[in-house]
Amino acid sequence: MPRKFTPKVVTANRLIEGDAVWLTAGDTWSPEMGDAELIEDEAVAQERLIHAQSQPGVVVGAYLADAVAGPDGPEPTHFREAFRTRGPSNYFHGKQESA
Amino acid sequence: MYTYTDFDEAFVRERVAQFRAQVERRIDGSLTEDEFKPLRLMNGLYLQLHAYMLRVAIPYGTISAAQMRQLAYIADRWDRGYGHFTTRQNIQYNWPKLKDIPDILDALADVQMHAIQTSGNTIRNVTADHFAGAAKDEIADPRPYAELLRQWSTDHAEFQFLPRKFKIAVTGCAHDRAVIKAHDIGLQIVERDGEIGFRVLVGGGLGRTPMIGQVVRDFLPEADLLPYVEAIVSVYNLLGRRDNKFKARIKITVHETGIEEIRRLVEARFAEVRPAFTGVDQQILGGIRAQFAAPDFDALPVDGFEAARAEDPVFRAWVDTNIAPHRRDDHAIVSVSLKTPGQTPGDASSAQMEVLAALAEAYAYDELRISHEQNVILPNVPRAHLREVHRALKEAGLATANIGLVSDIIACPGMDYCALATARSIPVAKEIATRFEDLKMEHEIGPLKIKISGCINACGHHHVGHIGILGLDRAGVENYQITLGGDGSEEATIGTRTGPGFAYDEIVPAIERILKKYVEIRESAEETFLLTYRRAGMDPFKAALYPDKEKERAHAA
Repeated sequence: MPRKFTPKVVTANRLIEGDAVWLTAGDTWSPEMGDAELIEDEAVAQERLIHAQSQPGVVVGAYLADAVAGPDGPEPTHFREAFRTRGPSNYFHGKQESA
Repeated sequence: MYTYTDFDEAFVRERVAQFRAQVERRIDGSLTEDEFKPLRLMNGLYLQLHAYMLRVAIPYGTISAAQMRQLAYIADRWDRGYGHFTTRQNIQYNWPKLKDIPDILDALADVQMHAIQTSGNTIRNVTADHFAGAAKDEIADPRPYAELLRQWSTDHAEFQFLPRKFKIAVTGCAHDRAVIKAHDIGLQIVERDGEIGFRVLVGGGLGRTPMIGQVVRDFLPEADLLPYVEAIVSVYNLLGRRDNKFKARIKITVHETGIEEIRRLVEARFAEVRPAFTGVDQQILGGIRAQFAAPDFDALPVDGFEAARAEDPVFRAWVDTNIAPHRRDDHAIVSVSLKTPGQTPGDASSAQMEVLAALAEAYAYDELRISHEQNVILPNVPRAHLREVHRALKEAGLATANIGLVSDIIACPGMDYCALATARSIPVAKEIATRFEDLKMEHEIGPLKIKISGCINACGHHHVGHIGILGLDRAGVENYQITLGGDGSEEATIGTRTGPGFAYDEIVPAIERILKKYVEIRESAEETFLLTYRRAGMDPFKAALYPDKEKERAHAA
């Protein structure tokens, strides 16, 4: 039986800076996961991923990541994605600096 | 130390210029990421979780003061003011921007360094014993051979697209500090009837399927080094499993083919390629060797050192822990720990790199080493200068006396940085180190190697840690497996798993239970953790780790 689809966001790293970004409903890339478009439909998710992959001059390595709705927009469900929203735990570097 | 020839200089500069043009074409859209990725990997550039990462080779771990200073400059100018030294004698920058990489590579070329072949399915940075040239127990300095191999393997047309990456390590001592048995090819310099040669091992490796290297040739004459290594890589290039990434390393080729058949094939190939090596390589080796001549050692009196050692307990503790015997009695090998409890293993700030460079210039004949254990070595320090060196290190926060002890932990970057990681390693290392500092048990526990990897690829060498820790993702939660009894020395052994893994907040208490059990059951303070494990086996440690299971067993009996 195919696995039940769970909500997704489209995420990637920016080509020049290399930092993590998320695709918004307005077709921009945001450094904040909370701004991302939470996609509830599998067919839409595939379509949005293809759209992301068609922007090689902007982002690298786009993929679908699991997410859930939170009070301030989509939130990660896996610790790897949670790290991508913050930065490393050994230094106060990355996104947590500007948060 | 080796100095670039005009050829080396032109080659490295040309490569930087090529990569500069490739980056421009990537940014202007002429190259797709699929086209660009192999090109950036060839030049050591990865894309990690939060940023790009540039891996710079420190060939055979040897680096001059000027080079160290330049690494500090790069960290300040283009990164976040620090660098991470790795288990393969490289330095990694965690925050560079794509557009700056060509400038960084030019800055490296200014001091005769590069990032070529630090990634990709090629022959990687050739590593060596970090005490090379200085060790008391050395037959010959392995670095001239490592440099010869570097020159031979760099851009070697036949070996740019191997089935998988290929790692070579060389040691000049019987006591192996370079983990040669866990390399694709391990070379041990040996002497037979007054002739220098190599014991050649093949098929070692850690990762998903850990294997100890096997002897393919017991004695290889010095002059046959390049053709023989070329024969091995050539045999692997044809036989290696390109169909399955997880089976593509030479360890699997050796395992599936059998060492006898590999030996037959290698010897046959060797017979074919040997005539092509007409002796030019040996002339080049001669030139290289001259550049690795020992420094003009200062014969300074050691009385002051002995007096200082007697009167200053902090200095004495550091000397007793961080100093290794030098080939000259009036000199010492200083290991500078990058493992101060609470710090990230292997990280050095730019300010610390500057201090290390200055110390190398003032007291150590301008030379430093990076160890695979992620520490920095001053290989040649007159004992007369040790106190001054210690004072300067202390000021820079670099005088931690813990080499070879519980807090001297190898840890890969793990999920704090690495895109391949399945769990974090750095915070686990930091917490173990601080925990045992709080317990004041470090010196009581004595010699111990803890090695932590944040995924199955084993960059943290966990399989050969006396205590190995492997971080995994178990159903979306970090989980840590423990192995015991691993050994990365000449008695190389793969550790044995204790049993079920531990959650993130359980792993440090688990390590504490193991070590308290060790202290309890050892026969004397001289019986190290590893020896105790070899004598007593897994059972007492299992009982300490899984007390509930023990109870169940007792009830069932």
